[in-house]
Amino acid sequence: MPGSPLVSRRLWISALIVPPLAFVALFVVYPIISAFAYAFFHWNGLARGEFVGFANFYKVLFTQPYADWTVNAFLHNVWVFFALMVLQNGVGFLLAYCLWRELPGAAFHRISVFLPVVLSTIIVGFLWKLFLHPLFGVVNISFRGLGLGGLAQPWLGQDSTALWSLIFANAWHMVGFPTLVFLAGMQRIPGEILDAVRMETESEWTKITKIVWPLVAPSATVVFTLLFVGSFNWFEIPYVMVGLEGSPHGATDVLGLYFYRTAFGNMSGSGQDFGAGSALAVLIFVFIALVAGVITFKLRAREIQI
Amino acid sequence: MSTASQSYYDRRGMLATLGKDGLIQIILILNTVVMLAPIVIMLFAAFKTNAQIFQSPFGIPDFSNLANIVKIWSQTNFLRYLLNSVIVTGASIVVILTLGTMAAYAVGRYKFRGSSFVLMFFLAGLTLPLKLAIIPLFILMRDLGILNTQLSLIVIYVAMGLPTTVFIMTGFIATLPNELEDAARMDGASEPRIMWSIMLPLVRPALVIAGIQNVVPIWNDFFFPLIFIQKDNLKTLPQGLTTFMGEYTTDWGVLFAGLLLSSAPVIIVYIILSRQFINGMTAGAVK
Repeated sequence: MPGSPLVSRRLWISALIVPPLAFVALFVVYPIISAFAYAFFHWNGLARGEFVGFANFYKVLFTQPYADWTVNAFLHNVWVFFALMVLQNGVGFLLAYCLWRELPGAAFHRISVFLPVVLSTIIVGFLWKLFLHPLFGVVNISFRGLGLGGLAQPWLGQDSTALWSLIFANAWHMVGFPTLVFLAGMQRIPGEILDAVRMETESEWTKITKIVWPLVAPSATVVFTLLFVGSFNWFEIPYVMVGLEGSPHGATDVLGLYFYRTAFGNMSGSGQDFGAGSALAVLIFVFIALVAGVITFKLRAREIQI
Repeated sequence: MSTASQSYYDRRGMLATLGKDGLIQIILILNTVVMLAPIVIMLFAAFKTNAQIFQSPFGIPDFSNLANIVKIWSQTNFLRYLLNSVIVTGASIVVILTLGTMAAYAVGRYKFRGSSFVLMFFLAGLTLPLKLAIIPLFILMRDLGILNTQLSLIVIYVAMGLPTTVFIMTGFIATLPNELEDAARMDGASEPRIMWSIMLPLVRPALVIAGIQNVVPIWNDFFFPLIFIQKDNLKTLPQGLTTFMGEYTTDWGVLFAGLLLSSAPVIIVYIILSRQFINGMTAGAVK
């Protein structure tokens, strides 16, 4: 071997570490830094124009019709986050608690609750779009068959139910994830603690609120943070089920769709604006980073080390 | 008297437990029905005509009626999309595991200045949603001349997958015992030789976990092909599915057959390897 062992050791470590580092630098770090820079320029199609300071931010936040669109989409994301917190993480916790008992059949139930998680969001979106079709969808056919024709709705076609339908499809798709993360958390609770609790109380409720919930706190931190990031990045389910415009007339518009339309233009191919799009991306990014940071920090503080 | 009250409490406790367990079973069974019914309805509908789907969505079809599936096979680009997904996913996984193991091995096995910085650098990528950097990525791909090629997808998937892979692999590699390595070093084996012949065979379980954690999101991804790929011949399965769903809007049997064929590979592999899938996909979230 040429050179001293120390030099060759250094070369060897560099050979291992430089290719992956260069890759992440070029395709993760550089684009994210650029995303911030691009928001301060005027864009003509794909060509960068002059520096315009905060003009793009001002445009999407304070000038019409952008300001209304931004607020409308943002509020829908907030709504989606809280709804999924209950329907996905809440139901997931309940299911995890049920699976934890290890009653006969638990293994089968565990596999089936996670099955939709492995499917593509595109498949899930199309599947529920077909099921929710006002005339031919299996949901309305079932209601009519049960003599509950009054409950049959144009689920995706009216303001009052469209967003809820998307939220439901998302919860069906992903509920297995928090379920199995919570279950793994519960299975790590030491048996001695549970035996001690069984001596003290028979109440299932006390057991959940005083023992199980605090002890699965690390799992909760992870699934809450991931749900938050996911809710404010929400794109595929609405794109497939209601289209780029968030139909009907913006009732399901969310930041993901709005960002995509602004940056790359809508279906009719008009209105491509990388400047306004970058400004939106930066705002969403900063919002997600700040809140996710606070959530993680606050929740970490209440975690208990066993 | 004491024995009587004892048995009374025992019986009450037993009944309460039975009731609780019954309630739990009911919740789990209901949930499983909700989870599986859509998939079963999709499976049935793929073998039905429009009229059968609308009149009896729950009826068991004649499974020998392959008209819908034949239509997809012969009239759409489905096989091409499937092949593209296999190529892109396969190539991405190979590169992710190679680069990820290299970085993790360096950080996990050697003490050197800056190693914690390197790890932090990768971990920073864990939580950043790369979707929001799509505009710079689009321009970067254009400047590199790889827009509308499969390389653009492979590159972005590797960038997306590396942080979690380095995270998982470093944790695993750092816990491997030193004895074998030291013995080999005494015998004069070179560092690359030690890594290749002695340490790598030991990390296989972690490679499976990291591989599964990456394979599902890459196979299912729709967002990046939507932006990077325009040519029909290069589209991946989820993206091709949107094209095809737009063409056959009135032929519901064919639509369901398309959904069934797209989901079948994942569902079959999942049923065979469910434990590995669950461990792999929750690996980042379960400490």
